[in-house]
Amino acid sequence: MISLRHVSKAYDQGRRFAIRDASLEVATHSFVAVIGDSGSGKTTLLKTINRLVEADEGEIVIEGRSVRQVAAYELRRRIGYVFQGIGLFPHLSVAENIGVTPSLLGWSRQSIAERVTELIDLVRLPRDYLGRMPAELSGGQQQRVGLARSLAARPGIMLMDEPFGALDPVTRDEIGAEYRRLHYGMSLTTLMVTHDVMEALLLADRIVVVRAGEIVADGAPRDLLNADQDEGVRKLMETPRRQAERLRFLMENRTGRG
Amino acid sequence: MDERLGAAVRLLPDYLSQHVLLSAASLCCGLLISVPLTIAASRSPRVRWPVLAFASIVQTVPSLALLALFYPLLLALSSLSLHAFGRGFSALGFLPSLLALTLYSMLPILRNGVTALTSIEPAVIEAARGVGMTTRQRLLRVELPLAAPVIMAGVRTSAVWVIGAATLATPVGQTSLGNYIFSGLQIENWVSVLFGCSVAVALAVVTDQLLASVEAGVTKRRPNRVWLALGLLIAGVAWAGHTHLAVGSRPAYVIGAKNFSEQYILAELLSQRLRQQGASVTTRTGLGSVIAFRAVASGDIDAYVDYSGTIWSTVLKRHDSLSRAQMLDELRTVLKQQFGVQLVGPLGFENAYALAMRSDAAARLGVRTLADLAQHSGQLRIGGDFEFFARPEWRALQARYGLRFREQRTFQPTFLYRAVASGEVDVISAFSSDGRVAAYHLEIMQDPLQVIPPYDAIILASPARASDPVLHRALDPLVGSIPIERMREANYSVDRESNPLSPLQAAQALARTLDRSR
Repeated sequence: MISLRHVSKAYDQGRRFAIRDASLEVATHSFVAVIGDSGSGKTTLLKTINRLVEADEGEIVIEGRSVRQVAAYELRRRIGYVFQGIGLFPHLSVAENIGVTPSLLGWSRQSIAERVTELIDLVRLPRDYLGRMPAELSGGQQQRVGLARSLAARPGIMLMDEPFGALDPVTRDEIGAEYRRLHYGMSLTTLMVTHDVMEALLLADRIVVVRAGEIVADGAPRDLLNADQDEGVRKLMETPRRQAERLRFLMENRTGRG
Repeated sequence: MDERLGAAVRLLPDYLSQHVLLSAASLCCGLLISVPLTIAASRSPRVRWPVLAFASIVQTVPSLALLALFYPLLLALSSLSLHAFGRGFSALGFLPSLLALTLYSMLPILRNGVTALTSIEPAVIEAARGVGMTTRQRLLRVELPLAAPVIMAGVRTSAVWVIGAATLATPVGQTSLGNYIFSGLQIENWVSVLFGCSVAVALAVVTDQLLASVEAGVTKRRPNRVWLALGLLIAGVAWAGHTHLAVGSRPAYVIGAKNFSEQYILAELLSQRLRQQGASVTTRTGLGSVIAFRAVASGDIDAYVDYSGTIWSTVLKRHDSLSRAQMLDELRTVLKQQFGVQLVGPLGFENAYALAMRSDAAARLGVRTLADLAQHSGQLRIGGDFEFFARPEWRALQARYGLRFREQRTFQPTFLYRAVASGEVDVISAFSSDGRVAAYHLEIMQDPLQVIPPYDAIILASPARASDPVLHRALDPLVGSIPIERMREANYSVDRESNPLSPLQAAQALARTLDRSR
């Protein structure tokens, strides 16, 4: 369980709030998507959890312990982190990139090598890619390596910041679906930030909507799709709903004719 | 093989090994200082600005001046340390050169390093934090390896600069490949100049290539290549260290010389006399005029020849004129009191600054004295050596005779005579003991007002050698023994264009004529 309690973060010496008094509980093994426009504070909210951003106020508790009780780097080694920029280390091979957190944790060479092979299979890349350099891979392949790297030290929690945002739609869908399988297969707790409502609906089992630094809606995809109490949320859901209707229309017509 | 080339090759192990050691030491010190500074500067803009500004300013100071500036600074520190701890240190030679070159080496490393470290892709930095690296791990595992190629490029630039600038260490008394260049320029031994330049260039190119190989090996992850190149670099430095120890065990006596032919010849003459007494001797040649006196006063050199008028005006800052004998007596007393320096005695000739012009031109204008010259100076051009126009004698001449020349130019001493002979300038600053005055058919302008003080050549010995019996046995017989004609002949034998002698040969010839006349 991850609990955010009255978390605030401001920039420019307190003049501009990125998040204001946000509280959120994420149950273990759940898959939560955080959506909102750019500048809504969703990324800041995510980064306060592994302390890439330090909250000004409030408390963040993971499994009963405040994140401030351990050094930030130790905390981060136990939490997987994937982001749009990917950030593979360009001077390290694919294998070294994947094995970086285990090596920081002092695993033996042998167990790192075994874990790296296991992960390259898991993210469905050929094993002979292990010796390649990141620059030799396509964007999708790079993000597969990024995913493998974040999973290497067997974290229980995954934080993902627009993880598939830079990929082409087909690759994006493919990796997204694969990740959803991994999430269930490995019993992870996932918190994923995205501005793509459709992605959130397809992958998550709970969606949190952030606007201007505050949490304005929180519920299962189905509930939000049918929500009408909040103008903003209704607008947000309009596009996927319209897309879905159009698709249904097209598919029914075809079936009708065929 | 050409004899001059042979002589140059024989000196190579000594010059090259010292050059390599100096360059390597400076570069290592430069790296040790710049790398931490680079890291600090890349982390904080508050550090970055002053550090880069300082390094840039150092770079704009001409390297020769930078080297020369460290001498008085270290001399002051040395005398402080003498007061405080009872021990001084040598302010000449290796130390000032090392400090100046270290400073000089820093800019390329700093600038490249800061640029490389501050332009690492933000996503990579975020990933490094995200996977749980500490600040230190991020620096060692990500930032430095990524910046390494650019930093190495800086190190290469810096190595080439340092190897080049190390040739300028010669005037502060550090032997280097510059000795070929400085002494070659003085005595117009172009073989020596070219040889020195070529070796310095070759050294720079080889070092650069080896460093490039290290760089390529690091980026392409070929450890063997890195170790091979590093091994060769280290072997080079080790060779230099070994050779230097073998050649350079410190001899008992160090004889100094300023940067012109007469000084080179006299340094050889003094050395030869000391060797005949069984002493081991080395020379430090090409010293700046004021540096030479400070060096003897601080014991960095044991003896050298200077000129009474020079010491009178530039060291004692006196402008009153005394008779020849009075000035020598006064110098003997004051130098002893103020600096502990022993005036061994005058050699017997004078090497005074004088103004000279071509005899035919002088006859045409009817000019014989400086007063006559002043009548025509408005239409004439004057050439001087590097020091002349900054010296008090020049100001005194201008003031007393009212000399106002149309144009004033500065030349390397050896080119001065050609400039006046070819008519590029009409009047030059000359030395009365210079053999070329007669050889080029020049006439020395008389000085009826006696504005120029006497310039007797005098042997000076350091405080520690003031009553050294070996030194006195060797040098006392030289007192009063060299007439001006002999000195002119010796100077001309080195300065003439056809078939010139080396300073050593000239000194040997001079010694033979002195023995005959004794």
